[in-house]
Amino acid sequence: MISAAESRKNAPRWVRLLVPEDAPLYQRNEVIAGWLMALPALLVLTIFLVVPFLMAFVMSFTNQRLVSPNPTEWVGMKNFERLLTVRVFTLEPERDENGAIVYADDGGIAYPRLRTFTRKNPDYPELNGLREFASWQSGENRTIILAADVVFLRALINTLVFAGVIAPLQGGLALLLALLLNQSLPYINVFRAIYFAPVVVSMVVVSLLWRFIYDGENGLLNTLLGIATFGSFQPVDWLGNPYTAMPAMIAMSAWQAVGFHMVIWLAGLQTIPVSLYEAAGLDGAGALQKFRYVTWPGLRNTAVLILIVIVIQATGLFVQVDVMTRGGPLDATQSVVYQAVQRGYDKQDIAEGSAISVVLFVVVLAITIVNRYLTRDRD
Amino acid sequence: MSTMTWETRHKLILSLRYTLLILISAIFIFPIVFMVVSSLKPDLQLLRDSGSLRAFLPVGDISLNNYAFAFERVPVIQFAFNSVFTTVVAVLASILLNSMAAFSFAFLRWRGKKLMLTLIIATFIVPFEVIAIPLLLVVNSLPWIGPEGFKIGWLNSYHVQIIPFIADSLGIFLFYQYFRDLPDELVEAARIDGASIWQIFTRIVMPISGPILATVAILKFLLMWNAYIWPLMTVRTEELRPIMVGLQYFFQRYTYWGEIMAYLTLVTIPVLVFYLALQRAFIESIATSGIKG
Repeated sequence: MISAAESRKNAPRWVRLLVPEDAPLYQRNEVIAGWLMALPALLVLTIFLVVPFLMAFVMSFTNQRLVSPNPTEWVGMKNFERLLTVRVFTLEPERDENGAIVYADDGGIAYPRLRTFTRKNPDYPELNGLREFASWQSGENRTIILAADVVFLRALINTLVFAGVIAPLQGGLALLLALLLNQSLPYINVFRAIYFAPVVVSMVVVSLLWRFIYDGENGLLNTLLGIATFGSFQPVDWLGNPYTAMPAMIAMSAWQAVGFHMVIWLAGLQTIPVSLYEAAGLDGAGALQKFRYVTWPGLRNTAVLILIVIVIQATGLFVQVDVMTRGGPLDATQSVVYQAVQRGYDKQDIAEGSAISVVLFVVVLAITIVNRYLTRDRD
Repeated sequence: MSTMTWETRHKLILSLRYTLLILISAIFIFPIVFMVVSSLKPDLQLLRDSGSLRAFLPVGDISLNNYAFAFERVPVIQFAFNSVFTTVVAVLASILLNSMAAFSFAFLRWRGKKLMLTLIIATFIVPFEVIAIPLLLVVNSLPWIGPEGFKIGWLNSYHVQIIPFIADSLGIFLFYQYFRDLPDELVEAARIDGASIWQIFTRIVMPISGPILATVAILKFLLMWNAYIWPLMTVRTEELRPIMVGLQYFFQRYTYWGEIMAYLTLVTIPVLVFYLALQRAFIESIATSGIKG
């Protein structure tokens, strides 16, 4: 039998390049087979995932549109500047010639019109074209947050809020359900199957059904709340009210996906040895202490996984928005992906849609890295 | 409490526990019950009933009329066939491609596979909608040779609905995780016996990979059966549309809610039946594949 080192020496250069040095046997076949077997999948992923992603990256620096009379040009960071420009601006009250504050007819402090600053004011070139995103009173001044693209800024904040709320909420509910199901009672598998069922139903179907549930007039939620409070509940138009639309969407999304993460928690629970609980019981630990000192440490890895999975899913928020609210009311449910599709596909502004996609990618990447860092093993 | 015997106390706790489990079940089931029940009611009654608990009861003017109308409005049989066809092909192809790649990553020694695997896992964080538009440009410029000869552009076809999805990083990763935990001796023994790599893959590894195969198959099945945005973007010819796109037909000048409920029931029941038939395998394989990470 020839040794590995010897066979490497005699092999052609490309084989030496591909065969690992510590390989125990001469493995030209193995290398070829390895590549051949991985190739079909790698090819499909490259053409239909990697290439489109790189295209989005490249197009985000151009002004490409689907159909345009003008040739596509490089525009550098312009798309990103338009999306992400945010400035804080302080509006000072109008004063008369003595320096006293002028009051408006309704008794409030009078301010110069904002648009005298944002419409081609040569003294404030950096404010040109910006629009008001939010404002509040600070002393006699008014602080205003200006953004070049208020809808996108709203979508970005909404998406972060959605992900930030749904991750602990859905993960926590899933853990509660898992704890409830993690015992050998008769028929427990029936309940497990029921709690999981919404996961397999299409999000389009779920969104349409929940439109009925959230309806302001005859909605099932209003009906059920009315019955539960003996008719004293005032009906709410859950999706039509800017304050309830996002919470409603969060609740419905959690309802749909909680079963999936419950199953992952359950699997994590079952890896914790029973002997640990018995030992804790002998030491006089109560149910809560057992959870704190046995269950939770044993679920660490599961928790990290669940958190990352939920956040990644949540940042892709799209179908619910598309079917239930189309971003409304008053942009309360705009999401980043919904904006990317609306601009890139509906308005055929591919460059801007791509730029939004790239921003989303960077945000998700950052969240994942921070998450990894915070939950790293400290030993 | 002290007057209670241990047994009555145990029974009380048990019945409380079951009551809680049943109440939670109601939360998860009620929209689905509402959907099925409403599909049997005419629109006016449907809207009136949703103001009371009658929404969950098949009472009043009950008929299958909505289904008949839905069949008239949408070529249901054709759409269902399209969905079954694209789903079956994609499921089979994705099992083959993903497991082959994962086998290569798990058992075969070649350079660069660590890097490849890392890259594949990294693609998890790209949501489909983000690449949908450039993907549209890609498929629109790819060549295809079919019965009608050579042409550029994949739009309006079955393959545009299938081929972009026959490999996916999650599928590769799930298979890889499962293969990695199989005992090395299994493969080494076969190797010493002179089995070829392909034989090891098809005769030894795949036959004991049932659970993970079921997971990958079901995940792909759900993804394909529920496909909505992509076919909406790429398929204009009616004969090629999948079942979910049929929903578009109900949001015309007037929204026919009874018919929509009938159609939602039609598209959801196959999935639920499939799921209930395989639920044990499904849930358990998701569980086993989920914890390792």
